[in-house]
Amino acid sequence: MEKHFVEFTKEMKDTHTIFLPSMLPIHLTLVEKVLNKEGFHCVLLTNEGPSAIEEGVSSVHNDTCYPALLVIGQFLDALKNGGYDPHKCALLITQTGGGCRASNYIHLLRKALKQNNMEYVPVISVNFSGLESHSGFQLSLSTLIKVLYAIIYGDFLMIINNQVRAREVHKGSTKKVFDECISLLCNALEDGSYRKTKKYYREILEKFDTVEQKTEETIKVGIVGEIYMKYAPFGNQHLEDVLIEQGVEPVVSGVLDFGQYCLENAKIDQRLYGKQWLAKTVASIAQAYVTHQQENMAKAIEKHGRYRKPSSFKEVKKYGQDMISDGVKMGEGWLLTSEMCELIESGVNNIVCTQPFGCLPNHIVAKGMMRKIKEKYPLSNITAIDYDASASAVNQMNRIQLMLINARNQASLQKES
Amino acid sequence: MEYVIGLDIGSTTIKCVVLDENNQIVYKSYERHKARVREMAYEKILSLASTLKNSKIKLALSGSAAIGVANVANLTFVQEVFASAYTIRKHLPDSDLAIELGGEDAKIIFLKGALEERMNSSCAGGTGAFIDQMAALLDIDTEEFDKLSLQADQLYPVASRCGVFAKTDIQPLINQGARRENIAASVYQAVVDQTIAGLAQGRSLEGKVVFLGGPLTFLKGLRIRFKETLKLDDEHALFPENGEYYIALGAAYYAEDNAEALDYDELCQRLYQASIYKENLQTIDPLFVDEEEYQEFLRLHRINDVSYASLKGYDKEAYLGIDAGSTTTKLVVIDPQCNILYQNYVSSKGNPVNVIQKELIHIYEEAPNIQFKGSCVSGYGEELIKAGFHVDEGIVETQAHYQAAKFFNPDVDFILDIGGQDMKCFKIKDGAIDDIILNEACSSGCGSFLESFANSMSEDIATFAKKGLFAKHPVELGSRCSVFMNSSVKQAQKNGATLEDISAGLAMSIVKNALYKVIRIKNKDEIGQNIVVQGGTFLNDAILRCFERELNRSVIRPSIAELMGAFGAALHALKHKKEKSTLLSEEEVKNLLHTSTAFQCKGCTNHCNLTLNDFGNGTRQIGGNRCEKPISGKKQKEDLPNAYTYKNEALSAYFHREGKKGVIGIPRVLNMFEYLPFWATFFEKLGYGIEVSDESTKALYDKGARSIPSDTACYPAKLVHGHIESLQEKKVDMIFYPCMTYSIDEGISDNHFSCPVVAYYPELIQANMTLHVPMLSPYISLNDSKQFQKRIHEEFKKAGLNISKKEIKEASDAAYEEYHAYKKRLVDFGTKAIDFAKQNQKKIIVLVGRPYHIDSLIHHGISDLLQYLGLVVVSEDCLPYLPYESRKVLNQWTFHARMYNAARIAAQDKDMELIQLVSFGCGIDAITTDEIKSIMKEHDRLYTQIKIDETSNLGAVKIRIRSLLAALEDE
Repeated sequence: MEKHFVEFTKEMKDTHTIFLPSMLPIHLTLVEKVLNKEGFHCVLLTNEGPSAIEEGVSSVHNDTCYPALLVIGQFLDALKNGGYDPHKCALLITQTGGGCRASNYIHLLRKALKQNNMEYVPVISVNFSGLESHSGFQLSLSTLIKVLYAIIYGDFLMIINNQVRAREVHKGSTKKVFDECISLLCNALEDGSYRKTKKYYREILEKFDTVEQKTEETIKVGIVGEIYMKYAPFGNQHLEDVLIEQGVEPVVSGVLDFGQYCLENAKIDQRLYGKQWLAKTVASIAQAYVTHQQENMAKAIEKHGRYRKPSSFKEVKKYGQDMISDGVKMGEGWLLTSEMCELIESGVNNIVCTQPFGCLPNHIVAKGMMRKIKEKYPLSNITAIDYDASASAVNQMNRIQLMLINARNQASLQKES
Repeated sequence: MEYVIGLDIGSTTIKCVVLDENNQIVYKSYERHKARVREMAYEKILSLASTLKNSKIKLALSGSAAIGVANVANLTFVQEVFASAYTIRKHLPDSDLAIELGGEDAKIIFLKGALEERMNSSCAGGTGAFIDQMAALLDIDTEEFDKLSLQADQLYPVASRCGVFAKTDIQPLINQGARRENIAASVYQAVVDQTIAGLAQGRSLEGKVVFLGGPLTFLKGLRIRFKETLKLDDEHALFPENGEYYIALGAAYYAEDNAEALDYDELCQRLYQASIYKENLQTIDPLFVDEEEYQEFLRLHRINDVSYASLKGYDKEAYLGIDAGSTTTKLVVIDPQCNILYQNYVSSKGNPVNVIQKELIHIYEEAPNIQFKGSCVSGYGEELIKAGFHVDEGIVETQAHYQAAKFFNPDVDFILDIGGQDMKCFKIKDGAIDDIILNEACSSGCGSFLESFANSMSEDIATFAKKGLFAKHPVELGSRCSVFMNSSVKQAQKNGATLEDISAGLAMSIVKNALYKVIRIKNKDEIGQNIVVQGGTFLNDAILRCFERELNRSVIRPSIAELMGAFGAALHALKHKKEKSTLLSEEEVKNLLHTSTAFQCKGCTNHCNLTLNDFGNGTRQIGGNRCEKPISGKKQKEDLPNAYTYKNEALSAYFHREGKKGVIGIPRVLNMFEYLPFWATFFEKLGYGIEVSDESTKALYDKGARSIPSDTACYPAKLVHGHIESLQEKKVDMIFYPCMTYSIDEGISDNHFSCPVVAYYPELIQANMTLHVPMLSPYISLNDSKQFQKRIHEEFKKAGLNISKKEIKEASDAAYEEYHAYKKRLVDFGTKAIDFAKQNQKKIIVLVGRPYHIDSLIHHGISDLLQYLGLVVVSEDCLPYLPYESRKVLNQWTFHARMYNAARIAAQDKDMELIQLVSFGCGIDAITTDEIKSIMKEHDRLYTQIKIDETSNLGAVKIRIRSLLAALEDE
């Protein structure tokens, strides 16, 4: 069958540089290492300036969601101004699929390339349904497992790093340890041996212990939201850093929970809409594997004892059950509501919900659920922040300030009682 | 002595309160800061030297523009909502909630229990600045505006969304001659509705309410509207003394406990540092390096000047062109050689009739023997002026502009017109208008924005624009719509940008907004070679300069850029010259006595608010009508096939069913417009009665508005709340409103999803409304009948309904049969309609949208309007399906796939024209509009899009449709 898209061929593996969008900086740094070890030439993009946004604004319909605009803008900016020969570049984009318009990103990206006369640039889509295949981008099972590990390690590092950074006595002291951990994990991934995973966890936890940390309780603020806005500093204007600067600890759940959510949905689909037995079986197997890995990580943290471990996916799901049906499966769906409940149940009452302006699923699962959450948890303190090319940072900051004041008040009330 | 100071710096004003040791206010001030945020903060403290010198001072800042000052000066900052809550709890401890309106912010603070605040989202600007803008539209100050509002006798529905939207509602009212008293009160009501719908978000507004902020302190009429709407008596509506200072007071109280005590000199020093501090701002090159470069630029553009002849004593043939535009009225009189005898550009001041009367009297007095052989009017007020002054011709404004542009360059292939409120852009191909792009209600970053911004800086627009020409470091403000631009300007101000830099930056933003947001050019070459720019906004040299620079080519700007509509109308009159114009004579004009009365039409269920204009000479004209009924007393529509009418009638057959088992209520919303035939039949067969919610009306919408959690969702979704209330009032036994992730696979798409909002709105209803009636919202797909039967059985069982599998099977079979029969009736209707049109040489409009767009409150009677204009209307779902074809976008939503299918059919049939209805806030249509446009363009066909929201301004839609028709005639 003739392919209606530009293929990433075997030859390109040697000649082309593959751009990765700066969505999950920690995770993708590790993934980049894994892929390069397999012979690809990946580059995690770091261009986040106004020219990337401008490119997005002029090439993407301005009513399209902000993440599409940022991802596409960043790619175009890199192709045009990054010092690369666009003829020797390829783009890698992750896709979630499903009923949300986000599943159209790849099409919008290709359209944008065409408008900029760069339709020859191959776009590789990484997704769960495997819609397109590229002969030059075939990953073996062992590589896939490596990528999975890169993501688990990424989750782990992100979770611990946020806790330590918020408590560091000497500003910036965590950064050094963090960099060491990154190179340690890069080596670990190259090594490819997973039996040592527990050892790596331990080593990393011990390394972080060397950072001098405050002992008093910090105020915690959960970050939830649309997946790109939640994780990408380019999207949420470095929200984690902003919070840490304000002396509070950002609590961000691992991205693997989102993977779990996608797998879980395959099972729910089978229940609600029948058929799809195969998908359900595959999902169950994959889920068992991922769950096992997440448990190992949580156990390592628990055993170490100093840091807070993430709740299991099962718990996360459970907390949302009486709030919203698990049939809501577009975008972040029921997971977003569940995550808010889980945060509150585990004592994190303060939450920033990040979302692109006009995000369709979030009308339901984020803003739509806030009244109900407030009813059940009167102490919850949630602020929804809309992001788009036009929202001003002043207004966003103002809202975050308000949330923080409430958080601090609550904390001092709790202390008194 | 020790003093505490609270400094509240908001978007437009700076408020200062000084308290002495006994917490008494010894000084207070309320001033506009005109963007000089840091300087004003410093100067304020300097000016208080006599009081403060030699004292210890504790100071805290608050307000949206104060964060920057506080950071640089290392002073205490307190968030403004928190600050006002602080003051309220001190002075009015038993209040339940506070409503606070500021220059650009609106807030509700819930004081009981845990402190909870709601602020307006970045989209909804309907606040103090909005009232200022509306007053400016009527050409009066806010004080007079307020006085007028107290004498209102009728309220018009005005969109309670952002200012841009409300303007599109108010402008037609002005043009129709509605009383200014009523407009003023309606504007206030819009602010009230906006606050309630946008901020209450499901929480009821009860108990003792404190009203704070400038607008609520100064505007009596606004207070009245709030009290009435919230049904508050004097005991429960509190308007405290110093209400406009509550944030500043809160900051002061906060300072007392939290700020460090400083010496006066130390405080001054810190604020001084802040006042001279410059942050790195994104800047662009200066527009002109020096005066010389500017003069050269002016010289180049002077070649597009027009020639003039004298009006005084002129006694030969002449032609009159009038452009009754949105905020201004333009008049041009030309002689047969197209020399201009007279021109004027005046503010309509809310009454274009008076303005034109004055102008005509002036012309007749200057040239008593002038022989008008033709006259033509264009613009929003076309119908009113044509009737009132017996003008010969009316011409749609897009055509008027094209005529005028052609005069300056016969080869013109691209026209951009930026006026006060509208932006029009047309591409010309082979001497005919090929593509028309009008700004949508959302992105009206046009001239009036610049003007009201200049006014808020207490500058007139010309001076303000001039300032930008030689700005050293114009700030990059991005390309965004006007409401948003305000907040980025705020940010630039905060960072120390000068007024000059902002002026130049705004000029650039307006250009970028037009190019990238409205016209959405992809590359600079597609824009054409012979460009004419016009409209009052382009008289601003800074904007012209930015435009040329951004496109990197020179363009034609006629010296009469702001009069092009009127000039084009005059040219049209010349082209269609008569023996004698029907225009009123000098005496008739002088005797004209215009009065207008508002009334509500009872002709049909729309109950349009109409205005009766009486010109005192036997001529009467009715404005605001959607149909001819109120004018002629009967339906004058040609009896043409109209799929929207047909579908509504066909659906009404399912509105009511009798049954023994109890009554099931079904909301008439979203995908129910598609699946009602199925569900009604299904439940009827199971022995249930059916009751459908009432027809959508503004009143029905208002009933549910308070429980809407997300004000940026689309209007069709927000209407659901009202329909659920309607069902609850009907006392049905159960409401059935399922969650449908999937629609039915119709074989024309890659998947068959519903959009997320349509699919899961029942979840949102469950979470945000108080339901007295049980609501059943199972996750159900109708795609596979066997699976459906299995699942619905499970769900019924869960809900305690005892229905056997056999009963379900029978009911389900009947329901599928009925649904398919209904669908077939639609296609049959479509086929017949098309045949009819072809036999009778009628144009067919394929009006594509979603099933719920047939709700006449949602589509505002557009299909009727089309029918009036002699067009046959079909919808996307009454066309046959073409074989599957892959699309350039992911084609995975059933309802949207139908639109692609319809576009493929329309693109290949010369008798059909396509118009797409797009609901504001529909994220998925961001994808479909581009794709449908490209399907049409592949076949060299026009594409027209109409964006609809809760505003019912048919005027703009009319212009769009008439432009489309005029473009077709040209072909």
